[in-house]
Amino acid sequence: MSQPQEFRTGDTPLPDIIILTHKLARDYDMGSEIVHALRGVSFQIRRNEYVAVMGPSGSGKSTLMNLIGCLDTPSAGEYWLNGQKVSDLSDDELAHIRNKEIGFVFQTFNLLPRASALHNVELPLIYAGASAKVRRERAAEALASVGLGDRMEHKPNELSGGQRQRVAIARALVNRPSILLADEPTGNLDSATSSEIMDVFATLHDQGQTVVMVTHEADIAAHAKRVVTLRDGLIATDQARAA
Amino acid sequence: MRIFEAIRLALQQIRAQKLKSGFSLIGVFIGVTFLIGAWSIVNGMNVYMTDKFAGTLVGVNTFHLRRAPNVNFNVDDSVWRSWRRRPRIKFADANAVTEKLTVPVLTAWYSEDRGPVEFNGKVAKDITLEGATERYFDIMNLTIAIGRPFTAEESKAGVTVVVLGWDLAQKLFQDLNPIGRKVRIHGIPYRVIGVVERQGNLFGISLDKFVVAPALSPIQREVNPPGVVDALIIKANSEPEMREAMDQTEAVMRSRRHLRPRQDDNFAMMTSEGVLDFWKKLSRILYVVGPGLVGVALVVGGIVIMNIMLMAVAERTREIGIRKSLGARRRDIMRQFLAEATALATVGASLGIVTGVGLSLLLKVATPLPAAVSPFSIVLGVIVGGGVGIVAGVYPASRASRLDPITALRQE
Repeated sequence: MSQPQEFRTGDTPLPDIIILTHKLARDYDMGSEIVHALRGVSFQIRRNEYVAVMGPSGSGKSTLMNLIGCLDTPSAGEYWLNGQKVSDLSDDELAHIRNKEIGFVFQTFNLLPRASALHNVELPLIYAGASAKVRRERAAEALASVGLGDRMEHKPNELSGGQRQRVAIARALVNRPSILLADEPTGNLDSATSSEIMDVFATLHDQGQTVVMVTHEADIAAHAKRVVTLRDGLIATDQARAA
Repeated sequence: MRIFEAIRLALQQIRAQKLKSGFSLIGVFIGVTFLIGAWSIVNGMNVYMTDKFAGTLVGVNTFHLRRAPNVNFNVDDSVWRSWRRRPRIKFADANAVTEKLTVPVLTAWYSEDRGPVEFNGKVAKDITLEGATERYFDIMNLTIAIGRPFTAEESKAGVTVVVLGWDLAQKLFQDLNPIGRKVRIHGIPYRVIGVVERQGNLFGISLDKFVVAPALSPIQREVNPPGVVDALIIKANSEPEMREAMDQTEAVMRSRRHLRPRQDDNFAMMTSEGVLDFWKKLSRILYVVGPGLVGVALVVGGIVIMNIMLMAVAERTREIGIRKSLGARRRDIMRQFLAEATALATVGASLGIVTGVGLSLLLKVATPLPAAVSPFSIVLGVIVGGGVGIVAGVYPASRASRLDPITALRQE
């Protein structure tokens, strides 16, 4: 078990560190008892790292994912994202961070079923306040970059699972986020399609994208360059893999 | 997210869910239709009453000296009986008032009854038989279409000549020229000397079924006891002059009737305003009842919209989660759902306005009810409709905006 670098509260992290957590903890009040989902997780992710977060169910990896994705706020500890302390921001400020800094890819794709692929990809740009013209251009560009330039007007139910996940990836990337955050991105896909998606991730990583992926499948985690394993709300292992 | 974006999204949503949207529109639609429809009828009546009804019955800057008001509303029996006990207006009263008025006025005697008019075996029943003096035509703005009115000499002498209303002339004579022919009223022949231009109708009742004969002609025996007139009609040039004439008339009449200062007038002076009082009382009720009913419809419409929006929020929890994960702030979600509710209500209101205006025009064409669409009611319809949408949308929208993104995303 490697020790995280020493970090004092109040420090500003180095510029090439995208994610820095310090004794991050999250408790859930379940009424009769308090569940300690995370018990103080400290780790850093540098720019252009490709990290897989693994662990059995109940290990706290979903909680960590929600915290990293700014969908939730920690009960204790600090979280710095791209040089900004985000652990104590308000709801609306978190929404802004999610919009600018984070691109989500979900297991269930989470596309709007009635909207076209293009409109789905435009969504983050709408909330970023981009003009209709800019939105269209950038959404089309993002879709083309994942090989769906000819499927822009299709609705999600007219696309295959792999294509839907590509739409989701295009949507995640359209605002050029600091991190691509994937939660079981291949959980709903067959193995051939899974490896397709892993190829997309590999390409993005090669182009300089920071990728954080939560998974419980070892062969999927094997695509990452570094694997962090959680157990009972704490980091169990943190290993770099040979390239 | 910009407001325009929210509206576009809302319209998309309405288009995508036509049936559900349709139901939620109905409440506001009915409310606004009713608002416009009811409003335009009351408004139309109002215009009608002020412009036509009162003018027809009394005339502008004109008042009638009568025993008692002839147009009234909700009068007690006891009051009615006391009116019946009052002395009638006599020829002598009419003459005295006419002589003593110092304000320039036109005056005419006027008496009426209903009865049949006969020509060549043909009988027109239920005709207004009017006995009047020569100024009557000027005062009431009755234009003679064919022939001439009777003269002051004919009036004074009580010559048996008669002027017909248009519909009556049509009925009795059809293609014949009525001028110079004789009609019989209660057996007495009168020579037709003129026909009055068509007046149209009032609440579907023809205003052209009348005869006017000189007040002193034998018709006086049919319409009133000897020496009595229903009314002395007095027309002044302006409102202040009319008021002055009324004061003078009151003074003359009180002195002729030997009324002590403490006693009330035992005669009435009817102005068009007096006639309108009757209408004002009625319309006040309509203006209260109408909006009340509209209000109920709109509240129901608002509740339906609120329900639909709450359903939409529940159904689209996951969508809200997705939007939040992509950076939608509370106010973006709030705006989206508010815009949707408002758009629903506004579409409903617009349809309501179109239908309401259509209905009013239909009423105007198909029934004797006067209907006039007032622009104010259209503006009100839009504001009220949109307002209902906003009010009904606030609660569902704020619930949607407060959803926790993690919980919302987990929703199936």
